[in-house]
Amino acid sequence: MVATALGEAARAAVGSACEVREATGDDAVDGTPAGLVARPADTSEVAEVMRASAAHGLSVVSRGAGTKLAWCPPPESADLVLDLTAMDRVLDHQAGDLIVEAEAGTPLAAVRSVVGEQGQRLVVDETTPGATVGGSLAAHASGPERMLAGTARDLLIGMTVVRADGVVARSGGRVVKNVAGYDLGKLLVGSFGTLGVITRATFRLHPAAETERWVSVPVADADAVHRLTHAVVHAQVVPAAVEVDLGGPARDAASGSFTVQLGGRATGVTRRADAVAHLLGGGAEVAQNAPDGWGRYPWAPDEVGLKLTCVLSGLRDVVAAAAGAGARVRGSAGSGVLYAALPVTAAGGVVAAVDRLRATCVARGGSAVVLQAPPDVERSCDPWGPVPALDLMRRVKERFDPDRRMAPGRFVGGI
Amino acid sequence: MTRGLDAVADLARRLLPADAVITDRARLRTYECDGLAHYRVTPGLVVVPPDAGSLAAVVAACNEHRVPFVARGSGTGLSGGALPHADGVLVVTSLLRSIREVRPEDQRAVVEPGVINLDVTRAATPGGYYYAPDPSSQQICSIGGNLAENSGGAHCLKYGFTANHVLSAELVTPQGDIVRLGTDAPDAPGYDLLGAVIGSEGTLGVVTEATLRLVRLPEAVRTVLVGFGSTDQAGHATSAIIAAGIVPAAIEMMDALAIEAAEAAVQCGYPDGAGAVLVIELDGPQAEVEAEYAQVERICREHGSTEQRLATDPADRALIWKGRKSAFAAVGRISPDYIVQDGVIPRTALPEVLRAIDEVSRSSGVRVANVFHAGDGNLHPLVLFDDAVHGAGEAAEEVSGAILDLCIEHGGSITGEHGVGVDKAKYMPRMYGEDDLDTMQLLRCAFDPDGIANPGKVFPTPRLCGEVPGRRKGVHPAQAAGLAEVF
Ligand SMILES: Cc1cc2nc3c(=O)[nH]c(=O)nc-3n(C[C@H](O)[C@H](O)[C@H](O)COP(=O)(O)OP(=O)(O)OC[C@H]3O[C@@H](n4cnc5c(N)ncnc54)[C@H](O)[C@@H]3O)c2cc1C
Repeated sequence: MVATALGEAARAAVGSACEVREATGDDAVDGTPAGLVARPADTSEVAEVMRASAAHGLSVVSRGAGTKLAWCPPPESADLVLDLTAMDRVLDHQAGDLIVEAEAGTPLAAVRSVVGEQGQRLVVDETTPGATVGGSLAAHASGPERMLAGTARDLLIGMTVVRADGVVARSGGRVVKNVAGYDLGKLLVGSFGTLGVITRATFRLHPAAETERWVSVPVADADAVHRLTHAVVHAQVVPAAVEVDLGGPARDAASGSFTVQLGGRATGVTRRADAVAHLLGGGAEVAQNAPDGWGRYPWAPDEVGLKLTCVLSGLRDVVAAAAGAGARVRGSAGSGVLYAALPVTAAGGVVAAVDRLRATCVARGGSAVVLQAPPDVERSCDPWGPVPALDLMRRVKERFDPDRRMAPGRFVGGI
Repeated sequence: MTRGLDAVADLARRLLPADAVITDRARLRTYECDGLAHYRVTPGLVVVPPDAGSLAAVVAACNEHRVPFVARGSGTGLSGGALPHADGVLVVTSLLRSIREVRPEDQRAVVEPGVINLDVTRAATPGGYYYAPDPSSQQICSIGGNLAENSGGAHCLKYGFTANHVLSAELVTPQGDIVRLGTDAPDAPGYDLLGAVIGSEGTLGVVTEATLRLVRLPEAVRTVLVGFGSTDQAGHATSAIIAAGIVPAAIEMMDALAIEAAEAAVQCGYPDGAGAVLVIELDGPQAEVEAEYAQVERICREHGSTEQRLATDPADRALIWKGRKSAFAAVGRISPDYIVQDGVIPRTALPEVLRAIDEVSRSSGVRVANVFHAGDGNLHPLVLFDDAVHGAGEAAEEVSGAILDLCIEHGGSITGEHGVGVDKAKYMPRMYGEDDLDTMQLLRCAFDPDGIANPGKVFPTPRLCGEVPGRRKGVHPAQAAGLAEVF
């Protein structure tokens, strides 16, 4: 049985809103046991569930495919898990207008395949297999192609959210250009379910590349990563991605690689691939497919997963610091957003390593966030580091979720 | 002056150089409007702070005395966003004009809010970079105004808007606190408050510094001017170009009336008697630009283009753009007054909506010139009228409203880049429901519970914020009255 004790009235209220079942051990959120699992079929059912949970003071954790539920600290409680996987429809694809609208529980892969049929693509990388639209937005996941078109934040043009009190709100719309009203979509991106439930999202699309190439070269150290990144981003090769993968499975620095993705028209891509190969120097190889592990996080489930950011002039220092800590580093060197996998040694050692890495990132204009970690490490280290404007963030949370029921404790400053 | 405003003026005089505090009626009046000149209010007080610290102190004083304040950059806004408050303070950023850093190696520039948009590009060009968002007003508008409006420009079709090009900003909150939003690197931890502040039209505070993303100058640029018999043909050609998988840097359209005006004003050599022209710009790697140009040339021909003029040198390119960028001013020469609309429609609806606008214009007898960002469906119908003629202003207003309705009916927006301001606040309920607007105002309440930052803009009716929910001070009134237990 589950530890959470929910009153009969609360159960009945949620049960009358949509399909509900008792939670099992598998529904625990990063170790926090769940009470009920509700599986709404559409936005209006989500609204009804949220009204019921507001009336009965239930804490709520939204869940898509659950691929990133272990990210961030666990919620303090999870009376109700809102399983959004029944909301999995691509609602509208207007190829001529290059836009698509999908429900939050739709797998990114499904959206990509629908728009792909018309020669288009949603430039939001699927960084974990199965990841949904809503989860990717809430966790602000990003992969290699952020170089090309930014992240989901930059491609999102409209959103429907259900508030903690059950009110349904829309912002943005269905056109790529629109400045009417506040951009609430951006506020919800990366909010990890602490402000409301994302139920629908509309994105701007791009034409699919006619041809793609991946130009790779082995790299052994931070110096090389830094040098090559600058050579590529300041050249005229318009990379779709500039990725590093250093400190492979064997933690063998020499097995690293540096890869530039190019996309576009066949003639142009071939020419640019040659130019990139020249920039990367001896040993560069041009491939028709992405290398292994492309766009996936570098960590194993039992490792500490970090997101490290910096400005481009700080790349050498950050990569060196990560390598020095024994981490495997993978990510978008070209945009200064890297992911690092730190093996768990003694917990104290990990905390100190995170602190050192963070100091380096912050000094280089960025941040170091612990995305996932084993429970003992999670308890002993600060996952976020310095958060600018934390007080304002608290005020925003207080307005959107005054009773602090949406994924309590999962976000910055214990929000 | 109200007592509160007096107190703020006193503080400002103590804090700022004498010429930075304006109370003289005649001088105050020079700030009575922005680019939308038919709304005019003389501000109660104007301050021109020389640094963020003194600006914050003035805002803190406004907060203490509940005095409204309005930020103003260059005053080129077209929705009355910088319209002053009669009993409030207008905070002008024109002394905050330093470009603090240009770092091509980081693809960043750090600037004060009063810096002129084009000056960022000028400073970055020697390093091989530029600042991509390029409103037609870029020679005069400020970065602070750009952030507040989430301004776009011709090249936003490919490169995105202001919101996609700002990494971090320093904000003076409506309480007068100086806070940092975002980091120099992407994806700062926490809520994306920066993303919410951009486009909030000065209602969440005053931006005092911004870190901008610089973009690599393209290797090759091709600009072509294409004449068509009708806007229908030009609209279909636009859709066909996009459908071919091409993302041009810009596709701009002008109709016959706009062409005539521009030609008369700046002699830009636009084709005689054309029903519409497209200005299409392609940029990127040389080989691809050439291949795409060949395709664009063919698509336009297939859609009935009557003339195509490829710019052969920078001077020629500048001339083509001059016709487009001076179009608003040019229309001013053929009509004493005009309203600029800024509605957005899905690009594929262009021909249909342009025809409908034409019908509205014919049936009302009000002339409408069209100049706009065709690539992203952002229309700028210029509704012409003569205010000296009785009832002409009202007739123009009516046509203008009908055009916005057309945009909304087609699933579009009432504003693509000029903002809601004071001008379109009344149209917001046509686009959003009450709950939508209420939710947006939750954000407003978090930043500005007393509603002193640019009040009366964006929202048709302010939301009463009440006390911060969840934070009970003292005993709850119901409990004190013996009506409730503590629960
Ligand atoms: C001829 C012409 C062409 C134009 N073309 C375009 C175009 O192509 N694309 C486009 O997007 N716009 C265009 N505009 C509109 C206008 O230039 C933009 O909205 C511009 O960003 C306004 O900048 P500004 O400095 O003049 O701001 P202002 O008009 O002074 O202010 C605009 C708004 O910003 C707020 N504000 C100003 N500074 C700050 C600050 N530091 N912090 C917080 N809030 C602040 C004000 O309160 C106000 O709400 C055009 C205008 C003209 C006159």
